[in-house]
Amino acid sequence: MGSLAAFPVLIITLMVQLAIISRLPLLHGTADLMLLVLVAWALQERVRTAWLWTLLGGIMVTLVSGLPFYMPIFGYLIATGIALLLRRQVWQTQLLAMFVTTFSTTLIYHGLSLAVLQITGRGLPIGDSLTLVTLPSALINLMLALPVYTLITDLAHWIYPAEIA
Amino acid sequence: MKTSGSQFFRSATIGIVVVGLVIFALSGYMQPLFRAAISPLVSAQTWLSSRFMVVYEFVTVPRDIASLRSQNQALKSEVAGLQTQIIELEQQLREAQVLYALLGFARGRPESQYVAAAVIGRDPSPFLHYVIIDHGSDHGLRHGMPVITDQGLVGRIDALTATAARVQLITDPGSTVNVRLQSTRTEAQITGSVTGEIELGLVSQDTTLLPGEIVLTSGLGGGYPADLLVGQVISVRSSGTNLFQSASIQSVVDFGSLQAVLVITNFRPVDISPLIPTNP
Repeated sequence: MGSLAAFPVLIITLMVQLAIISRLPLLHGTADLMLLVLVAWALQERVRTAWLWTLLGGIMVTLVSGLPFYMPIFGYLIATGIALLLRRQVWQTQLLAMFVTTFSTTLIYHGLSLAVLQITGRGLPIGDSLTLVTLPSALINLMLALPVYTLITDLAHWIYPAEIA
Repeated sequence: MKTSGSQFFRSATIGIVVVGLVIFALSGYMQPLFRAAISPLVSAQTWLSSRFMVVYEFVTVPRDIASLRSQNQALKSEVAGLQTQIIELEQQLREAQVLYALLGFARGRPESQYVAAAVIGRDPSPFLHYVIIDHGSDHGLRHGMPVITDQGLVGRIDALTATAARVQLITDPGSTVNVRLQSTRTEAQITGSVTGEIELGLVSQDTTLLPGEIVLTSGLGGGYPADLLVGQVISVRSSGTNLFQSASIQSVVDFGSLQAVLVITNFRPVDISPLIPTNP
């Protein structure tokens, strides 16, 4: 059920990202709804399909984005890894883990994107990219983290209901 | 005999009195008397009627409120429906205006063949400036075809599927377009940036470059057709120590509100990369 739910949820997420979220910039940064959904999903306790969702989400973004095909997949896999690490070992408060993961994975994902784009020949200025794109994107991601986490938590409870002893 | 005579006299008296009263009434002499007699009746009738109406309203008004409420609700829903219809019509009108503008542009340049497409999305990565359009290879689009609006150059097709295509905007950091200045016909090059600004470069120091200069595509390199409007020079940066001048370009296209575009389908870009010499 968790695996099947990935298709509609991630397709809707991608459609909202392309049609709405990407058109609402703060300075030159935009939110990454797919990243937020994947991180929020990975932070849910009963979820065991986080890697599958990440792979699907990465492939979907790869199909529409101008980034090199490996970049979204690789970036989202790292983000999910960080989320799972925080879920298992460090944080008891998942909401706090969501915020920490969102901020850190946004920086990592953007850092990787910048590096890949530099390697592929697009000379992006690091300073402008950081101040005008990455930090505004991190801020919008943090603003959206709470509603996305709430929605994904409800979805996870619906797909994986708590077992009654 | 005496009794019948007195009865006749009494009846005649009554008749005379009645006839007299009628004559008085008809001639208006009895009005004060009638008014005095009728007024209490009218007051009583008014009181009775008003009490009855109070009772009547008490019984019937709640039912009217319920019907009014239901009518109000129906009217409200009708108003909401009409407002939705107005918004939809306004949206259709805006789209129609955009399409009319594109149609007018296409009619003005009959030498080119166009396919109109709607912009349905933007690239998820904020570092890149791409848009997704709702036409693909099934509609005759091919990789590298130029994309324009009625205002000017937008970009070119970077990737496509059967029903959709990804367009690299000229504001993308990876975009490079060969251009020329309209007044001096000097060749130059524009590049995009991560902030969406367009930079004009490779303008020799000998060229007089002033704000307001119109920038058109040159057609060099075979990537774009010539004479497509790109924008206008807004600020010039020139230093004696640099080999070339540079300038910021204000694009004629508002990329933030791009709704529909035209793809020039009878222009096939030329791949000159095999002709470019490589270092041994």
